[in-house]
Amino acid sequence: MDQMAEPRMAHPLVPRVAHVRRRWRDGPDVWTLEIEDGAGSGFMPGQFNMLTVFGVGEVPISLSGDPADGNRIRHTVRAVGPVTRALARLRPGDPLGLRGPFGTGWPTDALDGRDVVIVAGGLGLAPLRPAILQLLARRDRIGRLTLVYGARSPDQILFARQQDRWGRRSDIEVAVTVDHATSPWRGYVGVVTTLIPRAVSDPANTVALVCGPEIMMRFAAAALTDAGLPETAIHLSMERNMKCAVGLCGHCQFGADFLCRDGPVFRLDRIARRLALREI
Amino acid sequence: MEPEDRVIVAIAGLNALIGALDRDGYRVLGPTVRDGVIACGDISGVDELPAGWSDEQDGGRYRLTRSGAETIFGFTSGAQAWKRFLHPPRQRLWRATRDGDRVRVHAEPAPDERFAFIGVRACDLHAIAIQDRVLTEGAYPDPFYTARRKELFIVAVNCARAGGTCFCTSMGTGPAATSGFDIALTELPGEGGSSFVAQAGSPRGAALLRDVADRPATAEECAAAEAIVARTAASMGRAMPDHDLRALLLDNPDHPRWDDVADRCLTCGNCTMVCPTCFCTTTEDSADLSGTESTRTQRWESCFTMDFSYIHGGSVRASSRARYRQWMTHKLATWIDQFGTSGCVGCGRCITWCPVGIDITEEVAAIAQG
Ligand SMILES: Cc1cc2nc3c(=O)[nH]c(=O)nc-3n(C[C@H](O)[C@H](O)[C@H](O)COP(=O)(O)OP(=O)(O)OC[C@H]3O[C@@H](n4cnc5c(N)ncnc54)[C@H](O)[C@@H]3O)c2cc1C
Ligand code: SF4
Ligand code: SF4
Repeated sequence: MDQMAEPRMAHPLVPRVAHVRRRWRDGPDVWTLEIEDGAGSGFMPGQFNMLTVFGVGEVPISLSGDPADGNRIRHTVRAVGPVTRALARLRPGDPLGLRGPFGTGWPTDALDGRDVVIVAGGLGLAPLRPAILQLLARRDRIGRLTLVYGARSPDQILFARQQDRWGRRSDIEVAVTVDHATSPWRGYVGVVTTLIPRAVSDPANTVALVCGPEIMMRFAAAALTDAGLPETAIHLSMERNMKCAVGLCGHCQFGADFLCRDGPVFRLDRIARRLALREI
Repeated sequence: MEPEDRVIVAIAGLNALIGALDRDGYRVLGPTVRDGVIACGDISGVDELPAGWSDEQDGGRYRLTRSGAETIFGFTSGAQAWKRFLHPPRQRLWRATRDGDRVRVHAEPAPDERFAFIGVRACDLHAIAIQDRVLTEGAYPDPFYTARRKELFIVAVNCARAGGTCFCTSMGTGPAATSGFDIALTELPGEGGSSFVAQAGSPRGAALLRDVADRPATAEECAAAEAIVARTAASMGRAMPDHDLRALLLDNPDHPRWDDVADRCLTCGNCTMVCPTCFCTTTEDSADLSGTESTRTQRWESCFTMDFSYIHGGSVRASSRARYRQWMTHKLATWIDQFGTSGCVGCGRCITWCPVGIDITEEVAAIAQG
């Protein structure tokens, strides 16, 4: 056993302590935390951190801020259960535990010269926001850029003000649809996949980045392939239960892949067969 | 002494070996009879080992019996695998203390326990090697497992009998211990009590053997030891079907047999608890009443629970069909992609301790039939 790693190494399951700087509401039950992460070392768009509320628990949450912002990171959390509710209750100055960043990111460095279609459903826009910000910061390097976004209803639209600002720019096309319209809504109604065909003009030169509920991603992947994109040009961010984020706890297995290590972002050709199976 | 040299160790020599390990600061663990089963626990001498005991095992059935002989290692795998010491059922990870808005995280120190395991079978040697891959060879090794493993001393025992549910021969993992031990023993029954043909597998093992061996083994004794293991291999009643199991299972996620096994499986998770390679864990957080101190504890978890695959709104693998399929497909197929080896060593524990006697070799055979 002499070749084994040093036994006194830092335990990968021990979090560092960081503090909330600011928080704001970004939708019903959705809060964004800005966190000062002194020990942070940057991240790739699409990666996530494990966030601990001391005494409550730990959950995976995507980085939703601008990768250029250094140690001031953002997480956007929907309060759905004990840990996310406790995260959403944190106030400026409150401590939290943090491990990461973990996982594969969106292939934003490999998009030069390509058209990019971003397909997001609901909170799925959170892990895509850093990719959009990064692409906008080097906008001249890519071709057509389109965001196709679907939400349940107009009041559920994530980052609504920012999406409005993006919509007024000429270098990104934004198409938003809702499942159920309420009165002042004058935009699209229907599932997000119906907006995909018009977002693709040059399928052989287009790359798609997709994140949303698994069912929506299945349909989005089909719509994108129907629009002529090869499976190798479609990237999806998957979701599975996750406890350790370092490939030790076994929870996040998706076929042979550990989502925390081999994902969460996968190229469709790697997972297409599994994606078609239920309860994998 | 050269590694290939065989020596004879008497019962008194085995006792002396246990004593020497104890004096060297090892916590010596070996099989003992407890609550009607063979369980691993602390031992301080040979007289605590289960001399004269044997077992009958079958799907869903385990019974300790008197063997009628005074052999010490006449039984086969018990319910407990050695993982309960190297990768324990509960392990505190850290503690956090709070003073106003200041929180400090106190990492649990790496364990400094040194274990010596007496009586590790070939299947379990392979299981330990598999957990080594899982827990120490990735990008983020488990430092606690690594620390315990680094100090581990292993006395292996070649099986003199195939247990009722064993199928190690077909998995290529036994019944002979071929590597991964410090000392390996084959028990030779004799009129005046057993003696052991012993072989060192490491310099540490060789040094200890030198002190406790009686004499070199004769060619006849070596041949007798080999014949015992060969007889065990030949008498094994179960076998994993000879198939490319990886391809078989990955090609059959919709086989009707999954529905059939789902009708029988209780999703109790026993199979995962007793399996010597299953490694999955979850964590639990607790806080004291004043809210100034909190603790995170890691504990074993089974892929048969609903919580295991829970994501908000429901479990990904809600049906027992999906959960059994996940367990077996991981064990025999995706494990190979992940760690370069099968996750099954043929110890038969999952068959014996399944309350309804589900037999992994039978399930594979049914799928292989098409
Ligand atoms: C890679 C990744 C990125 C994520 N990014 C975000 C994000 O940016 N914002 C956000 O709000 N949510 C995100 N989630 C989902 C988030 O982790 C869950 O909502 C959260 O774990 C729910 O925990 P809970 O204790 O509040 O609720 P409960 O629903 O009661 O969950 C109980 C436990 O189940 C597990 N669990 C439940 N739902 C999920 C889930 N969807 N994914 C993984 N484990 C789950 C967790 O271990 C959790 O502690 C992400 C999940 C993954 C895997
Ligand atoms: S799957 Fe069953 S037979 Fe194989 S190693 Fe695990 S408990 Fe033993
Ligand atoms: S196979 Fe047997 S031991 Fe495993 S979960 Fe099902 S009933 Fe329990």
